[in-house]
Amino acid sequence: MTTTATILIRPEGQVADEWTSVATAADLSLVEGPAIVPFDAIDAALAERRNAPLGVHLPNHVAPDAVEPYLTQVALVSVAFPAFSDGRGFSLAKRIRRAGFTGRLRATGPLIADQFADALACGFDEVALPEAVATRQPAEQWVEARSIVRDHYQSGYEGGASILEQRRAAAAAKAEGSHA
Amino acid sequence: MYRYDEFDERFVRDRVRQFRSQVERRLDGSLSDDEFKPLRLKNGLYLQLHAYMLRVAVPYGTLDSRQLRQLALIAEKYDKGYAHFTTRQNLQYNWPKLKDVPDILDLLADVEMHAIQTSGNCIRNVTSDQFAGVAKDEVEDPRVTAELIRQWSSLHPEFVWLPRKFKIAVTGAGHDRAAIKVHDIGIRILRHPETNEVGYEIVVGGGLGRTPMIGKVVRSFLPKAELLAYLEAILRVYNAEGRRDNKFKARVKILVHETGEEEFRARVEAEYAKLNGPTVNAPEGEVERIAAYFAPPAYETLPERSEALEAARASDPALDRFVEQNGFAHKVPGYIALTVSLKGIGEVPGDMTDAQMRAFADIAERYSMDELRVTHSQNLVLPHVKLDEVAEVYAALKANGLATANAGLITDIIACPGLDYCALATAKSIPIAQAISKTFADDDRQREIGELPIKISGCINACGHHHVGAIGILGLEKSGVENYQITVGGDASENAALGERVGPGIDADQVPGAVEALVSVYLRERQGSERFVDTVRRAGLDPFKAGFQAFVSGAGQEAAE
Ligand code: HEM
Ligand code: SF4
Repeated sequence: MTTTATILIRPEGQVADEWTSVATAADLSLVEGPAIVPFDAIDAALAERRNAPLGVHLPNHVAPDAVEPYLTQVALVSVAFPAFSDGRGFSLAKRIRRAGFTGRLRATGPLIADQFADALACGFDEVALPEAVATRQPAEQWVEARSIVRDHYQSGYEGGASILEQRRAAAAAKAEGSHA
Repeated sequence: MYRYDEFDERFVRDRVRQFRSQVERRLDGSLSDDEFKPLRLKNGLYLQLHAYMLRVAVPYGTLDSRQLRQLALIAEKYDKGYAHFTTRQNLQYNWPKLKDVPDILDLLADVEMHAIQTSGNCIRNVTSDQFAGVAKDEVEDPRVTAELIRQWSSLHPEFVWLPRKFKIAVTGAGHDRAAIKVHDIGIRILRHPETNEVGYEIVVGGGLGRTPMIGKVVRSFLPKAELLAYLEAILRVYNAEGRRDNKFKARVKILVHETGEEEFRARVEAEYAKLNGPTVNAPEGEVERIAAYFAPPAYETLPERSEALEAARASDPALDRFVEQNGFAHKVPGYIALTVSLKGIGEVPGDMTDAQMRAFADIAERYSMDELRVTHSQNLVLPHVKLDEVAEVYAALKANGLATANAGLITDIIACPGLDYCALATAKSIPIAQAISKTFADDDRQREIGELPIKISGCINACGHHHVGAIGILGLEKSGVENYQITVGGDASENAALGERVGPGIDADQVPGAVEALVSVYLRERQGSERFVDTVRRAGLDPFKAGFQAFVSGAGQEAAE
């Protein structure tokens, strides 16, 4: 993961990435500032007790229970998307948020702009996109694609009240009005 | 019938704009072909042998006349003047042009319809009982639950990139007409044996395709209010753990099978225990809001028996025969549901011309409280016809070539598109159906044989449901020649069973003869009022194997002479 150049996309558009990915805990000494280590290097990385923030990169098939103990000890969790059509990362994100993780949640891999809204709804904050994909699908397309479908039916996901909840609120307001 | 509110309307319009944008970004190169493909599939657009195919969702098979007229307009304007009803209660156009598709989607949105998730690795159009709201053996109208699931599953943020497609069916009746045991999730509405409370039985892991399996009961009673959270738990386990290394092993049935029923249940329950149900489930009032749309229409108070109909039946044997065969008892006195067969002798199963669609829309509007249904056997239903008006309806159907009295009989054949349209096909399917239909064209003969669903698929993917046909026919290819495997004993109902092979594969031209041979075994062996499938169950496979073998050897000799 150190080799692929990526760009970082957040709801507001492309932003600079202050995080550096390293392949092993030993490589941590080579970088300054926030760094992301692979899951198999997390114990060693924590043992280093660096001063800068630490992040962990997870394969999308990792058992959520195995990750939980680390969630309070890292500032960023990156979930791998080996392919845009592999949706495991969405469920993993949901489970990581459910376990109480409040830090930065990053989707890393060749997602497509049409998945941005879903990624955010499942609890991701940002997408680290390989440059090759970003050349075809620049950040503006992500921002635009994200807001084409304005509402969602599902409750319990990020992104505001669901259609079902909005209906209920509207019905309650109406009932309130008729009482007055 | 359900009607869109401003939210549903806006959602469907937004989805059309999204698809337009996707097409534009494909054309300008932003999206690669590999990226665009699943996006178009998730909107029902396939690339077929000769052209694109657009599959339109008919949620739980319910339509009104305005919608059917719009479908007719699209068939006329953008297709070759016809459309095809599928075994999942959907409708397909076989000849649309890519550039026209966004306009077609707009026309669909005008009548509260869409093509969302009719294909692709996501939760597909929810199917149900074609006699929902009509059947006497119903605990509750399953369409309320199906509509809730339609909304919940539409553009679900977490479950749009599943390992494989995912099909959900709901039934509210004792007799299962929705084939819930061969779906990824089957839902049966029932009453709790002790408390009498209405809830759900949840079946997971059924399916047809190349590895047919009967679903397993994962929850025998789920309180109604907990449905969406429980579905989320099942889908999350599947999304996280379903196989992605091999497309043929990616369905949830394989996960259930490889994990083991017990362990799979434990994982779903563990996930369910962790998630915060109340934040997921439909808020109070929403189910009632949906249910209000499915309140019974304004039936008139009528006598149980219609003298007018009895008199008409006595004087017109064809009408009498039609009512006997295609009528379905309605729970309200003085009404009847009528199955309208799209299986005229020698016709393409499930095809309807734009003229027929318009005529049928008029009939449904005038005589069936503006409602019609699509069945999973590729027929239509007029759900609420007054007995007093059946003779008029029959005359109108007949004038449009829609009065074939063969519902459930041997010529009411399900066939997938097969080699005529499908890129995956290994053999013809429709012409086989046509040949069998011609062989058994005689009315008296069909009636003598009784209920006998034949189902034909043009390849191992089993879109024609051959595994659950009383007689199933699977078309394969053997050294460049089409070869057909015949099974008997399949059943898609609450007694779900998979058919078993009666012998080696045979050539296309032998199929009608082989079916005749199997039918004569049945007629010889049957006891009392047994249906074909009952006789197979009681007498076993052997007599059918023997009859089939005798036919094959005989046919072989003839060819040698
Ligand atoms: C014409 C293009 C079609 C293609 C390329 C196609 C493709 C497929 C494939 C690949 C499968 C197997 C999936 C699996 O087992 O994972 C399948 C199953 C199925 N398809 Fe189709 N299909 C087509 C048309 C249809 C039509 C017209 C119908 C309805 C008449 C239909 C209904 C079904 C059903 C009900 C299954 C059952 C298997 C199951 O869900 O377990 N398909 N299709
Ligand atoms: S069963 Fe095979 S031939 Fe028939 S429609 Fe499905 S994929 Fe095509």
